[in-house]
Amino acid sequence: MSTAVDIPRFVRANQVEALPPPNLARGPIAWIRENLFSGPFNTILTLVVFYLLYVTVPPLVRFLLIDAVWTGTDRAACRADTGGSEAGACWAFIWDKINYFIYGSYTVSQRWRVDIFFALLAVGVVWLLWLRAPRRDLGAVYFFWIFPIVSYVLLTGGNADFGLRFWMGFAIFGALVIALFAFFAALLKTAMRPALIMGGGIVAVIGITLALVDIDFGLAHVPTSLWGGVLVTLLVATVGIVVSLPFGIVLALGRRSKLPIVRMASVIFIEFVRGVPLITVLIMANTMLPLFLPGDMTVDRLLRPLIGTALFASAYMAEVVRGGLQAMPKGQYEGAMSLGLNYPQMMTLIILPQALRIVIPGIVNTFIGLFKDTSLVAIVGIFDLVKTIEASRIDPNWAAPTIGITGYAFAALFYFIFCFGMSRYSLGVERRLAAGQNR
Amino acid sequence: MQTAVSQTSPPQRSFLYDPKVRGIFYQVVLVLAIVYLFYVAATNAIENLQRAKIASGFGFLNNTAGFDISQTLIQFSAAGGTYGDAFIVGLLNTLLVSAIGIFFTTILGFVIGIARLSKNWMVAKVAMVYVEVLRNIPLLVQLLFWYIAVLGTLPQPRNSLEMGAGFYLNSRGLFMAKPIWGPNISVVLAALVIGLVGTLVYRRWARKQQEQTGRQYPVGKVTLALVLGLPILTWIVLALTGANPITFELPRKGTFNLTGGMQILPEFVALLLGLVTYTAAFIAEVVRAGILAVSKGQTEAAGSLGLTPGQTLRLVVIPQAMRVIIPPLTSQYLNLTKNSSLAVAIGYPDLVQVFMGTVLNQTGQAIEVVVITMGVYLTISLVTSFIMNIYNRRVAIVER
Repeated sequence: MSTAVDIPRFVRANQVEALPPPNLARGPIAWIRENLFSGPFNTILTLVVFYLLYVTVPPLVRFLLIDAVWTGTDRAACRADTGGSEAGACWAFIWDKINYFIYGSYTVSQRWRVDIFFALLAVGVVWLLWLRAPRRDLGAVYFFWIFPIVSYVLLTGGNADFGLRFWMGFAIFGALVIALFAFFAALLKTAMRPALIMGGGIVAVIGITLALVDIDFGLAHVPTSLWGGVLVTLLVATVGIVVSLPFGIVLALGRRSKLPIVRMASVIFIEFVRGVPLITVLIMANTMLPLFLPGDMTVDRLLRPLIGTALFASAYMAEVVRGGLQAMPKGQYEGAMSLGLNYPQMMTLIILPQALRIVIPGIVNTFIGLFKDTSLVAIVGIFDLVKTIEASRIDPNWAAPTIGITGYAFAALFYFIFCFGMSRYSLGVERRLAAGQNR
Repeated sequence: MQTAVSQTSPPQRSFLYDPKVRGIFYQVVLVLAIVYLFYVAATNAIENLQRAKIASGFGFLNNTAGFDISQTLIQFSAAGGTYGDAFIVGLLNTLLVSAIGIFFTTILGFVIGIARLSKNWMVAKVAMVYVEVLRNIPLLVQLLFWYIAVLGTLPQPRNSLEMGAGFYLNSRGLFMAKPIWGPNISVVLAALVIGLVGTLVYRRWARKQQEQTGRQYPVGKVTLALVLGLPILTWIVLALTGANPITFELPRKGTFNLTGGMQILPEFVALLLGLVTYTAAFIAEVVRAGILAVSKGQTEAAGSLGLTPGQTLRLVVIPQAMRVIIPPLTSQYLNLTKNSSLAVAIGYPDLVQVFMGTVLNQTGQAIEVVVITMGVYLTISLVTSFIMNIYNRRVAIVER
């Protein structure tokens, strides 16, 4: 066998001198050279970016902070012809109008109720989103049942005053529901007790809800036409999430159902809503909802866009939840069935707890979208934050050239803080959930 | 003697436990509920419309509109235009801003997406800040901001900024020379078509040559020369021989306003700026995710085959990344089209502003108007997603 013996080889006899240590392999200057000036192209890029920053950032900082007007009671402070400064943002305007931006025209003496609503909302959000919070199941009950009722009573004043006739009607309705459950239990030859408990439970939940709305807590009535600002923005977002999550889950289950009509109805609803812009849904809710109801029934002006956004958000939520359902391995379904669980038990005990957990980032992202979209209710004439700014912008008391930009800068800051915070949260959850996979 | 054998046949259970029967029961209940809902809504609507004396049906589309629209791509006047014409004007305006927006947002989005993956720390960070800021502020606020920022800084018409070459800028928009196509434009167009066909033929030939001989031909340069060079050359030749195919109508400055020429509305500019910068932030994330989805082994394998970094990007990474990028990219395009309906907030005459705004208020025929408008958007989305499904089936990796 031929080998490579005849290839001439060279063996060095003496040791080569060691290379000098690389100069600056670490340290700030080396880092700058490595990351910013590693070649001619990179150097040019860096310089271009520096130039862009130089053009944009200093004027922005000067406008928003250095040259800004911080104090003042009317337009004089922000107009050059009256001795003020036009060079910077007019924060005095925001400061002067801050209560209007937060509460709208909500009755001044009753604004503590709005503050309590904000606090309750914060409690509910933290309870649900903090993954290590105790008793998150109770948190869900709080957020999706107790909190909406309490908020309704707080904000409107409650005291719906249904009257005796209504309650007698409700008693008959309740008896009928319980009887229906008993009838089905008898028909299916199953135990009577759980059926009665279930029927009674449903009647009790509805009854308590109605009773709380009915009772006179002595709170003055505040019509929704006075609500505005951040209150309405958060309200639309909250109603959106409280309605869209359960409704979205139902739609997602419907879309994954084996029953053809159920599946078709869900698909049509989801694809229809996702195919049209939100603004058309809002205009539809605004103009068509009153048409579809009996002539003597009116829908509150604020309720119409609430229904529109809630329906809109449900379709998007349904697709997120569907993603979670599809991500569940088939073995989970088979395992649940082999234990003899029926469909509701399988879904509520096995599938949904896991599926919802993995789509928390998706849900939060949908919520960010919903939160940004709440600004569109301004277009149909609801006084949310954007609309209150629009309205204040043309206030003659504050007629100055920088008012518009200042107002929108404030709105941008408000939305940015909320949305950015939520997106950081969703990233954090994503990383935590992925931690199990990173071995 | 036989003992009682218990399990000769399965125990008889009520048919109510049959999943099929239950399925039918649930679906019947659902259908009844939906039918009832629609029935109640329809009867109420008919009754309400009769009481308000509002006509129904689509006859209103032939009635004279009686209002002007600030930007029309087709002939439209308050006196002669019908509601149907107004619908078409609005639809064309929506399609115009969407098409131009999609073009620019794709470029900006890809640039920022690639910048986010740049090894240059500065570039990557600036791109990240751009994405985070733009994504987390509602489009409506951005649009209003642009509208004020664009409109507020512009001078009155009488003090129009003269920018030379027939460009004027004032608070009514950007005025520029309006091209008037002469009869010889067909020659230039013919040159363009010849260039396109020639490119296709050349590309095919070059590809075949490369597959057979391994020689590479300068496809890019030839494409540029044929598609751009040929029509421009034809134009120059025509212009020199005195048969210029395009003449320009310059805007003339009057005392109070500019007449003639072409006008670009500030609303259009603000809407375009807002849509392009907002959607680009989302496209940048799509592009980034797509490029990161191509496994590192692909790049390494390409490198070990001796491809240069440029070739690796062009021949290995991008074709695979596109498979991941295109579906979400399409949904971003749809989002841009749907978001263009926010034009109503700043007064750009798009479909929603013209049809769901003015026409709806004038006629009061809410149901018809809403159905038509939603039908347009729905058709656009469904057709796009249908095409996407076909595309996805074609590019999906066929597994063994």
